[in-house]
Amino acid sequence: MAPEDPVTMSPLPTPSLRTKISRRFIESLVKIRASRDAATGGNIRKRAQRIKIAAYSSMARVTGSRRAWSRALLAKLRSRAKRRRHLQNQRRLGLKRKRAGSRNMVLNEVSRANELRRLVPGGKSMDLCNLLEETSHFIQCLTAQVKVMQSIADQYSV
Amino acid sequence: MSNRRSSSTQSGTPSRITDDQMIELVSKLRQLLPEIRSSRSDKVSASKVLQETCSYIRSLHREVADLSERLSQLLSTVDADSAEAAIIRSLIM
Repeated sequence: MAPEDPVTMSPLPTPSLRTKISRRFIESLVKIRASRDAATGGNIRKRAQRIKIAAYSSMARVTGSRRAWSRALLAKLRSRAKRRRHLQNQRRLGLKRKRAGSRNMVLNEVSRANELRRLVPGGKSMDLCNLLEETSHFIQCLTAQVKVMQSIADQYSV
Repeated sequence: MSNRRSSSTQSGTPSRITDDQMIELVSKLRQLLPEIRSSRSDKVSASKVLQETCSYIRSLHREVADLSERLSQLLSTVDADSAEAAIIRSLIM
């Protein structure tokens, strides 16, 4: 059911992808900004990392569960957050264990499609047809996210 | 990379991808790439499109990282009032 303008009763234009991403991303930025740490080089870099995570999180959440790439990305962000909290707790208790040995990487001849699979979240388990579909949507969202960040940065620089 | 090869029927695999479907998807992808878009249509190989797609995605990731750094710097230098105004302005744009 499309929302309607209460006065004219004509359907309101659905917010664009950029608008939806802007809202989510700016909400995150406001929260990140609220933590008033001293503006040291280390803090600025840490905050940059949080902003980066917020960027991927915004575009994934706007897309929701409609796409395989967004589902994969959301799962990855959630497990990373959990792992970070787990590591922090372990460090506090002095229990930080060594990571298990990394998987053996078999060096295959990497085709272009496999390269793409690594770049698109969730790409490894898709067939080629789906991979191209997902890539197309992923690029649209990633481009929109970049444009949102650019315009916010330009606004701040004025 | 050959994508003209039609997939042979295997047990349990989804329906075979036709060449036309591949061409359609590859051209759809091409529309999104900044450089290839302007070149002569139908003369670009699928392999080239995939290559350009990979480098485009990588450059987008780099831009996100750079912009995150830039925003982090800006957040600490801008005072509260003009920040809210900037946010509202950017939402309206």
